[in-house]
Amino acid sequence: MGILEVSGVNKRFGGLQALGDVNLSVAEGSCHAIIGPNGAGKSTLLNCLVGKLIPDSGTVTFDGQSVLGKKPFEINQMGISRVFQTPEIFGDLTVLENTLIPCFAKRDGVFRMHAIESIAHEADLLAQAEGMLEELGMIDKRNMHAASLSRGDKRRLEMAMSLVQNPRLLLLDEPTAGMARADTNNTIDLLKQIKEMRNITMAIIEHDMHVVFSLSDRITVLAQGTPLVEDLPENIKGNPKVREAYLGEAQV
Amino acid sequence: METIILQILNGLDKGSAYALIALGLTLIFGTLGVVNFAHGALFMLGAFCAVTLNKIFNLSFEAIDPTRTDFLGNPMVVNTPYVEAWFGPEMGHSIIDWSVPLSILFAIPIMAFIGVAMERGLIRYFYKRPHADQILVTFGLAIVLQEIVKAFYGANPIPMPAPEAFTGSFDFGRWIGFDAYAIMYPYWRLVYFGFAAVVIGAVFAFLRYTTFGMVVRAGMADRETVGLLGIDIDKRFVAMFAIASIVAGLAGVMYTPILSPNYHMGMDFLVLSFVVVVVGGMGSLEGAVAAGFLLGILQSFASMSQIIEFIPGINQVIIYLVAVVVLLTRPRGLMGRKGVMED
Amino acid sequence: MLGLNKADLRLFLIVIAMLVFAPILLNPFPDTSGMAQFNAGYPDLMQKLVIFGIFAIGFNILFGLTGYLSFGHAAFLGIGSYTGVWMMKLLTMNVIPALIASVVVAGAVSLLIGYVSLRRSGIYFSILTLAFAQMFYSLAYSVLTPITGGESGLSLSTDDPRIFGVQATDGGNIPVPTVFGLDMSHAVTLDFGAWSFTISTGYYFAAIIMALAFYLAVRIFRSPFGLMLRAVKSNQNRMNYTGLNPRPYTLAAFVISGMYAGLAGGLMVAMDPLAGAERMLWTASGEVVLMTILGGAGTLIGPILGAGLIKYLESIVSTINDSVVHGWFAPLPDWLENTLVTVLHPFIGKGWHLTLGLVFVLVVCFLPGGIVEGGKKLGNLFRRKRSNGDAPTPGTGSTTAEQPGE
Repeated sequence: MGILEVSGVNKRFGGLQALGDVNLSVAEGSCHAIIGPNGAGKSTLLNCLVGKLIPDSGTVTFDGQSVLGKKPFEINQMGISRVFQTPEIFGDLTVLENTLIPCFAKRDGVFRMHAIESIAHEADLLAQAEGMLEELGMIDKRNMHAASLSRGDKRRLEMAMSLVQNPRLLLLDEPTAGMARADTNNTIDLLKQIKEMRNITMAIIEHDMHVVFSLSDRITVLAQGTPLVEDLPENIKGNPKVREAYLGEAQV
Repeated sequence: METIILQILNGLDKGSAYALIALGLTLIFGTLGVVNFAHGALFMLGAFCAVTLNKIFNLSFEAIDPTRTDFLGNPMVVNTPYVEAWFGPEMGHSIIDWSVPLSILFAIPIMAFIGVAMERGLIRYFYKRPHADQILVTFGLAIVLQEIVKAFYGANPIPMPAPEAFTGSFDFGRWIGFDAYAIMYPYWRLVYFGFAAVVIGAVFAFLRYTTFGMVVRAGMADRETVGLLGIDIDKRFVAMFAIASIVAGLAGVMYTPILSPNYHMGMDFLVLSFVVVVVGGMGSLEGAVAAGFLLGILQSFASMSQIIEFIPGINQVIIYLVAVVVLLTRPRGLMGRKGVMED
Repeated sequence: MLGLNKADLRLFLIVIAMLVFAPILLNPFPDTSGMAQFNAGYPDLMQKLVIFGIFAIGFNILFGLTGYLSFGHAAFLGIGSYTGVWMMKLLTMNVIPALIASVVVAGAVSLLIGYVSLRRSGIYFSILTLAFAQMFYSLAYSVLTPITGGESGLSLSTDDPRIFGVQATDGGNIPVPTVFGLDMSHAVTLDFGAWSFTISTGYYFAAIIMALAFYLAVRIFRSPFGLMLRAVKSNQNRMNYTGLNPRPYTLAAFVISGMYAGLAGGLMVAMDPLAGAERMLWTASGEVVLMTILGGAGTLIGPILGAGLIKYLESIVSTINDSVVHGWFAPLPDWLENTLVTVLHPFIGKGWHLTLGLVFVLVVCFLPGGIVEGGKKLGNLFRRKRSNGDAPTPGTGSTTAEQPGE
């Protein structure tokens, strides 16, 4: 039984069957990649996991609890953290403030009226946030506006915001999309480092096969909204079905 | 039954005004993405175009009429409007009498000019600024416009007569088979409703059957793509503003015999028209028109004495209550489309 | 000290000093000079400056931090005023119960309106708040007349019950508002040669309330809650995926700003026990928005400066009439003098709203960051000149001052 269990999930948009009977099981401590050609339903699936979309049928459970119908912030509080394709950060705030906010969310829950206490007195959380920035090599930039960071640093900051909450499951939506080769390699190293040091379960949606094969322990191939195969990386490489799914797209 | 028909009729003229203002609001919002808090001021300016023309027609010169004497026996001083002197007394009199409808011709160029001046002079610098800034600057503009009118025309409402031919009431009840005098409806309100229907029809026809209108509708559906097609959006933006301004202005011109124009009528109508747009669905022209009439009629029903006795004050709040219920149950409004201003 | 960092403490002390010395600072011109008309150191005006300062400080907690633009906050001010008068009618002329009730009732109403309005954001929110305020305004003139006094407004009378006070004074007059026996309108005039300064109970009472209100605002700005409000403005989507529910945060900000407005409304009637619906008109809601952006939305001191400037301008502009302007331009040739007077005529005296509207448009167009940002830019310009174009290095110096406020 995996920590994340998806079974029989269907989602239609008007006449389009975006997801058809998707089953998926992510084992605790593993890195599970979900790949597939464009329009295969990867993003739709991800949105169903984080509460942005509600599937028409099927179940999604995290650690035995259903996530369906829960709001994104409730799902985050359960221990699922999401990293976006284009970094979503608090652009008007400083890097340190960006990192502090998830610390407060983790400690105080979805809402707390701590209107009189001073942030300056939250030594524990400040240390935690600064420690996280230190670990990701961003401590020098802690007082900069997040909006003024480079794209790579924004990605790094977003990662820090997720990791500082110590999530049980990290969902990564194409973490290397639009990156140059060198940046991609840096990101792979960063993710590897996270995986080894923190033993966080990861589910990753990715186009770049290099990233997928460098990181994942298990791969699910989606095509037209349905899982085609699920197997170890080395078996996926030579699988004729997978080849067809990708090449079939290319032949058009 | 008679009361129901009467209330529907009574709601039509207010509903027409809401629909016309809301139409312009949603047109500007849909195409230009600008929230125009000064749109009510355009309605008010239209009404004052009618006031101005009426004043111009009434410009008089003094002359001594030797054939008549006042009560002291001196020759009487008579004020004769210039139009009566130029066109003869009868023609002149009917020109003055018809000053409200004639103001339509007078108001079209003026409102078009005001619309263009507003867009070129101020609004266009705000297309790329946040909505809050657009709201604030048009809000300030609304204050300026209404205060200018106040400085020129004073704070008191100025009564404007409808042409004599349209004064009095029409026995609508007898016409559709009820007792005589059961449903009396002022002629001018009927005229207003007909006028609104024509203007709304013209705007819709314009948007449907002209190339220009096609581009505008495409722009309302997907502004970015239209911009990418290399279509000169700028020119059309100006034109849209002029059209919306004319529509609001004409709504104001023709409304003057129903409500004596005052400087704050713009804001009174704007708030309600915003509610109309929200209820109808942001960016939906059909929604704006339908919701305008719907809310006008609802308000008129709520003003019935039987209902006010039952729920005091309901006539004051009914529109807001409907807006709240609609926003809570159908956040996109009755006919709103997905993706328009959803934040 | 007081749980504030050094910079905030300094700012707080400056505000207190300004409040304490206002009767002197705002009366720089001798009574006999022609400039005396520009003095603002009389209790009526100073109370107004302080009360609207409180209103704007509260509004800034909503608009400045979360970015939600409410066009209905004058309704809460009006509700606070009515509540205050009712407390004085029913209970006692002591203003403390009146103020507490004003805050509580305005808070309750803003909870209700906020709950509904915050279902939507952006312009929908603005329109909803405007609609609610207009609704209260028209209700105050119609159905609610027994509570609001309708057109003539709500005032005290000698028939009021006033359970814990007297119905009428020994002289048969309506009693005046007091705070624990101190008469609100009590004032002492100090003369120093040609200068005279008026020290009044009412003003200093309002000033103490404002100092407290400002202190609370500073604490909110520096609290985790304040950080969350700025997060609401910056990126609600990110908040959701960080495990935070933006709505209760925004609602709390809305209610807090509503309570500030109620407090301001209560203070108004504590100074002059009369409440009217015109306080709830949309232009009044617009005025507080203008005060906030003119001073600088999202800054601590901005709203106070904005409120002070607007109310000062209002009082000066509305007292100027044509003959005053004639006096100014008397040395000029007659034709020029008359032209200038004609040009200025619509803007002065009763034309204050026209000037207000123009200021509104000009500020949004040319000074969207407000006075505080303008001042900062000016300051940076000077500094750069002095240091001969040292490029500011990111991460140090120039970017450390990113805390809101100052």
